[in-house]
Amino acid sequence: MIGVLRARMRRFVHRVMTRRRIDLPLAAGLFVLALIGLATLYSAGDRSLALVGGQAARFVLGGALLLLVSRIPPPVLRSWTPGLYAVSVALLVVVAILGEGRGSMRWLDLGVMRFQPSELLKLTTPMMVAWYLHPRQLPPGWKDIAVVGILIAIPAALIAEQPDLGTAVLVATAGAFALFLSGMAWWRIGLLVGAVVGMIPIGWHFLHQYQRDRVLTLLNPESDPLGNGWHIIQSQIAVGSGGVFGKGWLHSTQSRLDFLPEHTTDFIFAVFSEEFGLVGVCALIALYAFIIGRCLWIAMEARDTYSRLLAGAIGMSFFVYVFVNGGMVAGMLPVVGVPMPMISYGGTSAVSLLTGFGVLMSIHANRKSHI
Amino acid sequence: MKSRRALKNVRDETSLFRRRALVGFVLILLGLGGLVGRYVVLQVARHDEFATRSTNNRVKPRAIPPARGLIYDRNGVVLADNVPAFRLEVVPEQVKDMPGLLARLGQVVPLDQDDIDAFNKQLRQSRRFDSVPLKMHLTEDEIDRFAVNRWRFPNVDVVPYLTRHYPFGPLFAHVVGYVGRIDADDLQRLDADRYQGTSHVGRSGVERSYENLLHGKPGYELLEVNADGRTQHVLETHAPTPGRSLYLSIDARIQKAAEAAFEGRPGAAVAIDPRNGQVLAMVSVPTFDPNLFVNGISQADYRALTTDPDKPLYNRALRGVYPPGSTVKPFLALGGLELGLRKPSDTVFSNGQFCLPGQTRCYRDDKRGGDGTVDMVTAIEKSTNTYFYKLALDMGIDRLSQWMSRFGFGRQTGIDLIGESDGILPSRQWKAANSKQPWYPGETVIAGIGQGYWAVTPLQLAHAVATLAGGGVPYLPRLGLATSTVGEAQRQPLPNPPGATLIRQHGDWAVINAGMRAVITDGTGKGLNDGFPYAIAGKSGTAERYSRTSDAYDTNRNTAYLATRHRAWFIAYAPADHPQIAVAVVLEQGAWGASAAGPIVRKILDAWLATQHGVLPGAERLPDAAPASPGTPAPAGSVVEDQPVSASSEVQP
Repeated sequence: MIGVLRARMRRFVHRVMTRRRIDLPLAAGLFVLALIGLATLYSAGDRSLALVGGQAARFVLGGALLLLVSRIPPPVLRSWTPGLYAVSVALLVVVAILGEGRGSMRWLDLGVMRFQPSELLKLTTPMMVAWYLHPRQLPPGWKDIAVVGILIAIPAALIAEQPDLGTAVLVATAGAFALFLSGMAWWRIGLLVGAVVGMIPIGWHFLHQYQRDRVLTLLNPESDPLGNGWHIIQSQIAVGSGGVFGKGWLHSTQSRLDFLPEHTTDFIFAVFSEEFGLVGVCALIALYAFIIGRCLWIAMEARDTYSRLLAGAIGMSFFVYVFVNGGMVAGMLPVVGVPMPMISYGGTSAVSLLTGFGVLMSIHANRKSHI
Repeated sequence: MKSRRALKNVRDETSLFRRRALVGFVLILLGLGGLVGRYVVLQVARHDEFATRSTNNRVKPRAIPPARGLIYDRNGVVLADNVPAFRLEVVPEQVKDMPGLLARLGQVVPLDQDDIDAFNKQLRQSRRFDSVPLKMHLTEDEIDRFAVNRWRFPNVDVVPYLTRHYPFGPLFAHVVGYVGRIDADDLQRLDADRYQGTSHVGRSGVERSYENLLHGKPGYELLEVNADGRTQHVLETHAPTPGRSLYLSIDARIQKAAEAAFEGRPGAAVAIDPRNGQVLAMVSVPTFDPNLFVNGISQADYRALTTDPDKPLYNRALRGVYPPGSTVKPFLALGGLELGLRKPSDTVFSNGQFCLPGQTRCYRDDKRGGDGTVDMVTAIEKSTNTYFYKLALDMGIDRLSQWMSRFGFGRQTGIDLIGESDGILPSRQWKAANSKQPWYPGETVIAGIGQGYWAVTPLQLAHAVATLAGGGVPYLPRLGLATSTVGEAQRQPLPNPPGATLIRQHGDWAVINAGMRAVITDGTGKGLNDGFPYAIAGKSGTAERYSRTSDAYDTNRNTAYLATRHRAWFIAYAPADHPQIAVAVVLEQGAWGASAAGPIVRKILDAWLATQHGVLPGAERLPDAAPASPGTPAPAGSVVEDQPVSASSEVQP
């Protein structure tokens, strides 16, 4: 009996080691990141095990989705792409209609859990761009760039209208990264970036007043220390007071005494910085860099254009999370609702992130050398 | 589609992608590097700044007020105490409908308009999460009523605190004074660091003059607070240094007897030990209850005190000025001897009036027809005005005022209280400063009998008597005797060094002593020594005896009529051969000095003798008084039993 089990076990391990669908370095990186996230959340959430448990449950759900998605071969995924994109955009429209007259609406209540369609777009937008560029002659010409621009603009505009600027930026950059990786000529990139920068004064008019305030506050947080400046000031105090080695785990005073708002969600990285100092920040950012690098490595090994672009875009958009959230916490970027991946509590972000990594695992499993 | 696919160069595309991915990764690393750079700025370059702000964020110091020093009499009887009390406090943050709460609370614990006004005023000044006192000094009944209804008022609490209490009530109001709540004016005056957390400050009396000593030094605690400012816990505590306790030279038993002796008639009495300047009793009648002022006096009580025609708030001993009348005569006589103007045996003939050359208006003697031929001792005994008219004239106003000023007339005595009156010592300078008229010789004449411009406070006169009784050695009058603090085994005495003596020849003093002794044995004070075992020396004074408008004798002997116009004085010291207590008593509206004020002096002396166990070492007992009851003199006026202080119940409030 035991001998049978042992033999079976050995066979299973052998199979996993030789024909693994999972990229172990990437999985290990994510696993360590999840552990750091739970530890930080335990401290930031005032040692609430319920909070940590809820987050762990999300990680388990995300991990299950990761394994599930990793089983779907990239060609199948590619064939589903237009449908998935259409459905997710349609859900955005539904949310927009339901939210009419209610000010801000991001959620669909599914009864069991609330679900944010915009999270889907973080994945389906780069998928759609990759799907569109897959059969085209690369690098793309203006016509393809224009089509891709529309594919990105539709969901991004709908999300920005919710209003959820952070997610809109994430969706737009994810798509843009696919375009960038497709080899779009540098001069075209330069022109496009220049045009976007030129649009900023016009875009300013479309921002909500509170969004403008956030940007203005960033320029001079002390002008309104108890209002809009409060987040930025208290967050910087948390980060700065951490120093090189930090105050130690569970010793963040800024968060424990409620000076730091949103200290389990958007500003959790300030708690991490306060407790672990510059050393911790460097280590964590190095871990993020490793994960991004591993994603790009998987992308380079991918067998077709669709897989390459999708894997690269997912990996690079991971950077956007870290940069926007880290910059916001450090008072470098305006306050927008972008979580620190795998560290911030709540939302569906952890689930959607891990699903995205499931796609990467699938691409890895179907890499060139594997055929 | 097919043609496009054929054109697609997979190899080129792959290498293009690789290059792009590498460039992208390098850009990402640059971006992350920039992010780390920002964290280096915050966490290394600006670490000190943010560390300080983080500490300032969470750590707030809170002052712990020191316990105020207690005030005792010379025997350790508590005159000013700190007693635990309870007050009602409200946390405004948790209250949505404040007027409604106050209305409902008012049905349980009576709140008057003063309470509510003070509460609203403080409410505006404090942070929302700080509790604000609503009613101080709850009675037991109120505490009980609130306790039963407590469940209805979740935001209201009964909080213990220490409050000042004066166990003797009105008895020491003019000596010990009282404390009051610190107001806006005080905040400007007081050292903000020393008074952090303190709610009360000395307002009058010893409480005010010894404020520095009684107050102590505040401690503080460092509290960790959260973003709402609520205290999480105490990080450090630095205990306050309590104020030093003060022992007064006053003896509560003498003070009590002195006040009782007035029987409510307005006046003042001061008793001083001539050997050291210690004030043994200091009374101003009527008086008031200082406890009313501690937590803010109500409008009604304050109006009652200020509209009372007898002015209970007025400290007559310290501020009241009265013409001294004949009480100045012994001092003037001593001046005559010391300045070489008179010999004790020099005589003057008194025929009832004294006229300056070339003037029609003359100055009267007390007695119609005069006292006949008098020497110095007889002149003091009979209070012969003519003797002193002449002496004043011979002395001249300049020498007179200079001599009298050596006894402290015309200026503050320097007692350790604030607000003393200067009084008036007649002199050319004083008149020049206060009138356009020149000095007239007639003014010198009446200055010789303590009339005219003269004005003295009871304290000044007591101080002068003490200086005289002490053989001319002046001491500043002192209430503060010693200080002590927790953990100190012994009291620390407050020094009071003597001044230079005024009397060059002891023989001169003996003459004046004989004169003042004669006042008691044969003069106006006759009978005052009956039953008192030691010799008393004294002098009466009755100011304003004469009509101001005519030089005719006022023949109305109706006591009630005279009482409305007179100030009755009596000064005395005892024992005459070895003075240990000097007393000055003034009775407003006393008909005659000796008969009205004299008995009060005697009662003070009786009470004092009782505190000395009836025996005065170094002094001779009078032969006729000895057999009665040695050690326990029991004249009618004695109100204080001779008992050890710790067991004495009669000095307890």
